[in-house]
Amino acid sequence: MSEPVTDKPEVVEEYVDILIIGGGMAACGAAFEARKWIEAARAEGHELTIKMVDKAAVDRSGAVAQGLSAINTYMGENDPADYVRYVRGDLMGITREDLVYDVGRHVDDSVHHFEKWGLPIWKQEGDEDKPLREGGRPVRSGRWQIMINGESYKWIVAEAAKKAIGEENIQERVFIVRLIKDRHDPSRLAGAAGFSVRENKVYIYRFKACLLACGGAVNVFRPRSVGEGLGRAWYPVWNAGSTYAMAADVGAELTLMENRFVPARFKDGYGPVGAWFLLFKARSMNSLGEDFPAKNFDTLKEHGYDAYATSLHKMGTCLRNHLMLKEMREGRGPIFIDTPTAMAKLAENMTPEEVQHLEAEAWEDFLDMTISQCGVWAGENIEPDKEMSEIMPTEPYLLGSHAGCAGIWVSGPEDLPGVPEHYHWGYRSMSTVGGLFTAGDGVGASGHKFSSGSFTEGRIAAKGMVKYVLDHLDWEPELDEEIKELVDELYRPVHVYLETKDDTTNPDVNPHCITPRMVQLRLQKIMDEYVAGVSTLYQTNQVMLEVAERKLRMLREDTGKMCARDLHELLRAWENNHRILAAWAHMKHIQFREESRYPGYYYRTDYMQLDDENWKCFVNSTFDRDTGQWTLKKVKWVPLISVSEEEAAGIARPGSEV
Amino acid sequence: MPAFVRTNDCDGCRSREEALCEYICPHDLMALDRDGSVTGHPLKAYNREPEQCWECYACVKLCPRYAIEVRHYADVVPLGASVQPIHEGQAIEWAIRFRNGTVKQFRFPTRTTPPGSADPYGGEPDADLSRLDDGSVLFTRGTHACDMSQFIAD
Repeated sequence: MSEPVTDKPEVVEEYVDILIIGGGMAACGAAFEARKWIEAARAEGHELTIKMVDKAAVDRSGAVAQGLSAINTYMGENDPADYVRYVRGDLMGITREDLVYDVGRHVDDSVHHFEKWGLPIWKQEGDEDKPLREGGRPVRSGRWQIMINGESYKWIVAEAAKKAIGEENIQERVFIVRLIKDRHDPSRLAGAAGFSVRENKVYIYRFKACLLACGGAVNVFRPRSVGEGLGRAWYPVWNAGSTYAMAADVGAELTLMENRFVPARFKDGYGPVGAWFLLFKARSMNSLGEDFPAKNFDTLKEHGYDAYATSLHKMGTCLRNHLMLKEMREGRGPIFIDTPTAMAKLAENMTPEEVQHLEAEAWEDFLDMTISQCGVWAGENIEPDKEMSEIMPTEPYLLGSHAGCAGIWVSGPEDLPGVPEHYHWGYRSMSTVGGLFTAGDGVGASGHKFSSGSFTEGRIAAKGMVKYVLDHLDWEPELDEEIKELVDELYRPVHVYLETKDDTTNPDVNPHCITPRMVQLRLQKIMDEYVAGVSTLYQTNQVMLEVAERKLRMLREDTGKMCARDLHELLRAWENNHRILAAWAHMKHIQFREESRYPGYYYRTDYMQLDDENWKCFVNSTFDRDTGQWTLKKVKWVPLISVSEEEAAGIARPGSEV
Repeated sequence: MPAFVRTNDCDGCRSREEALCEYICPHDLMALDRDGSVTGHPLKAYNREPEQCWECYACVKLCPRYAIEVRHYADVVPLGASVQPIHEGQAIEWAIRFRNGTVKQFRFPTRTTPPGSADPYGGEPDADLSRLDDGSVLFTRGTHACDMSQFIAD
């Protein structure tokens, strides 16, 4: 148990050249890449220091805590240009093709390292002992996905990353909550502030460059399960939007924050469907047994959504939800995934041993990454070869690594043909704030990179950060805020608790303060009811959004009265501060984009049309923490990769003039 | 509750500075109740916020006494089921007990190398500082083949 909270924490000040904030896949990738460049710089007489700071323990922190059953981004025999085509088609045409291409050309090397470090990768018959690097053929569940025995995926990667960076350069159980600008140059960062969740210590770091890689934003919306089930989020429940909030707070430009992700997954347990659809070839149906995707496909013509659907097998992910939502809305749910038929078909030509192996694969798919889904099956007495399961679209999530690409606007690679001027500004992976770098879920407009791509973006960012530090060797960062004020701000919830706790007989019910738990529930209610949550069937409009903003402003004001009775609650308090700002960014972006670009993720009922003429562009924003105002703008989208014949009609359409 | 601790099996990780479950939980849920003032069981671990539990099983897999299990979300999953692993270095065994008594057991590999043996840089080249600016390579210089004719511009 952590020590009891006091209102006078010790202050620890530290300087490092590079601070990695976060300990997930992207952070581990940065640690792995940075060490080598630091050694090369040392050979030239420059000593660079680096540190990783994780609010948890690196071995199991981040989205890969449970493991994964597949690596969803591996080129193999494919060309990175086709990867770009796949990603842009899935994300309704608008992506940073330079960033996506960069992941594509660099990701395989990272996966080869995972295998070398010990990650078991399923191979085709005959290639069992042949590494991918030497041409061993992986078992693919889809064109870009390879199957793995991934229960220990994070543990293995963390092991290598920790050795790379050096255990003495890792600080665990410290939650960084604020970035701090430089006193003499407001266009850049000078440091960050955070606190230990084990001891009463505030940590003030000064640095030249940081990697802000704290994952996405989860439980910003009221989830479908609301008791203990609140914890069963699809993405890790500890991702609090810290990446987006801390970046927005210092004025870094965000992009596509409207592009939430609503996964359709096994209901309640949120187990993955990828292997079932792609590998086992299962089909979904409504309660009448109808193949509703086929039945509803032509309805995509309405509002022009069909521009991003070539066929039943190839369409933007959100459109799959859209076809399903029609069934739910019109009362033909539940939606089922026909696992028994899929297994029976596969088993037709199998020996009993092979059938057993198939069953094990089906269970491993969940056990490697979403154990709760097995709990659902076991508790409901569902065996997949005997009984169908329900699938359902979940509550919305914000993340940059998946089939949703909300995040920070970053400087891209300069060496690709056709990159426009506004896609890069000197330091790869840097935001519009000097010294603020990001990777993984933090990078916007660069979706479908998943775990391996996030690790790879971490590696890419490491190079950018080392370059930045070497270019600024003689510069000394100076915080533009007083340490005492930072300490008071970080510990404010503790002060509120100590000042108010004896006013009432139940510390949870006091008119002068609010618990972090209630702040989170209130945020979730606002977002659900007004910003296209599940209770609205993902629908919103201008009026609802204005109501949302009014309530979000009041909620933000009330966070000044959040109380924390221990360090655990202080952690929760700041996580919710981050959630609120990330949610607000999401709301503002949805408000600004006057079209329904992502039907199935959300609908602007006042702008139901997909409008490539006016809105085939990025929506970017900056936040001013002093005025509390958002500024939004359109940014020109520029394609890099030629259009192939197999792509949807919308892909060939030019970007909008902005 | 999601992850829970069996009172009779937990020994509070007496020989360690920090209880392993407390060390590993990614969401700061597992805590050692040193004086027993919270749970009535001194020097035993407990899950202090079950509705924030992702059921990631990090604590379950790490507990050296196998004292931690998961009772799946009570508001979602019918009672009587359990999914329990034994994690042993390079493989993991799962025992799944259905509510109706069906039992399934599986064993999967988890890593091809012994724990602790991952060598980040064995056999890898040093970084070439002259290529720090070259976006086409990372330190390993293992970039995928790229068909440049696929770009719109030359």
